[in-house]
Amino acid sequence: MSILAYNGGCVVAMRGKDCVAIATDHRFGVQAQTISTDFKKVFHIAPRMFLGLTGLQTDILTVRDRLMFRKNLYETRENREMAPKPFSAMLSSFLYEHRFGPYFIEPVVAGLDPHTLKPFICNMDLIGCPNEPVDFVVAGTCAEQLYGMCETLWRPDLEPDQLFEVIAQSMMNAFDRDAMSGWGATVYIIEKDKITERSLKTRMD
Amino acid sequence: MALAEICKISNAPYMRRTAWDLSDVEEDLKAHTSNLANPYTLAAPPFENPMHNLNLIQANADKTGIKIDFDHGTTTLGFKYKGGVILAVDSRATGGQYIGSQTMKKIVEINQFLLGTLAGGAADCVYWDRVLSKECRLHELRNKERISVAAASKIMANIAHEYKGMGLSMGMMLAGYDKRGPGLYYVDSEGSRTPGNLFSVGSGSLFAYGVLDSGYHWDLEDDVAQELGRRAIYHATFRDAYSGGIIRVYHMTPTGWIKISETDCMELHYKYEEQKAQAAAAAQ
Repeated sequence: MSILAYNGGCVVAMRGKDCVAIATDHRFGVQAQTISTDFKKVFHIAPRMFLGLTGLQTDILTVRDRLMFRKNLYETRENREMAPKPFSAMLSSFLYEHRFGPYFIEPVVAGLDPHTLKPFICNMDLIGCPNEPVDFVVAGTCAEQLYGMCETLWRPDLEPDQLFEVIAQSMMNAFDRDAMSGWGATVYIIEKDKITERSLKTRMD
Repeated sequence: MALAEICKISNAPYMRRTAWDLSDVEEDLKAHTSNLANPYTLAAPPFENPMHNLNLIQANADKTGIKIDFDHGTTTLGFKYKGGVILAVDSRATGGQYIGSQTMKKIVEINQFLLGTLAGGAADCVYWDRVLSKECRLHELRNKERISVAAASKIMANIAHEYKGMGLSMGMMLAGYDKRGPGLYYVDSEGSRTPGNLFSVGSGSLFAYGVLDSGYHWDLEDDVAQELGRRAIYHATFRDAYSGGIIRVYHMTPTGWIKISETDCMELHYKYEEQKAQAAAAAQ
């Protein structure tokens, strides 16, 4: 088994009309054994930006902490909020710094630009190859299933409530076909004036 | 033809006579449909010294990319008590991390008085359970008496022993009711066969044992025993990634088996959660 699948879990992010959504499952396991069902892999790191990390749990926490340190340093020096785009660039070079001994994580960034309020989504491989598509990004042990679901359900210019439905259904139906993910899920919808957090009622097996 | 026979090439296709009679057809049928007439004759793998080389192939699967690996994730349990035998199983079939099915039937109804549970290679279990049900029916016809659980499990163990080392993967329980009362046997592909009062088999078996051991007693009432089996499987589906789907409970009684319930895990989870919340509220 790959070390990226040791703890299980998945994250997906989608672009809507003037909004973005990001969703995470709740499982933290050690191979087949489910240890807890309240581990959210998505972190609120700026007023309109979320960072999702899947993969090895110890690295998820380390990468989150180190990125927060760098982001805080940037914001103190520049005296302005960090936008998703430069944050992703920083994340990418941070991951490439460890090219020959990488952190076993796959990141997903979702947010709105603080000034233009333009939606932004992005994901990377474990050594920081950035990918910025217009529709959706996925990561985790059920990435294939997520691609299938997103590919069929996503449409351009979804309103926030429609986007919630699409991302929630994509997430749930994807991890219901994956043994390592699931056990609860949370969806965050980021709009210019509010952030909505919703927990999903899911299968618990 | 005499020379050909001495040279042992009489069966070579180019030496065949063109005029066919009935015996030729039978011969041909045997050669091309080996397990149609006799389920025990499986085709040998196409290389010499199968037992040795089959294991080499399995051992070097990572290097060669030739991997013969079947689903392993399962939780099944069975226990005897004063009211008969309870069998409870999940219904998830996984190939690696991928969930292939959430509705698999892991209890095989061999006949009205014999049930088998299925863990390990699904094809192995289904195939040999089918063979076993044929043997049991033949026993019934030959002896005008139903086969005992002990004898049925022995047939299964003999099959397992015959193919030992060839990579069969089975861990099954056989439950039944015969002259000696309720019967429960554990048989696996390593050839072991053990009678017992309480078993759990599969990747989630340890979780199930935890619940089962804390609630098990010989003098359980029927509904309590059925609920114990169901609960043990539910907890295993919650903790074990490779178990889940529908929880099926069967009860073997002196008059044959009864299907007690088939409940979705999700339904059970939220029911138990609500019961827990109510109990906590009542305690305050």
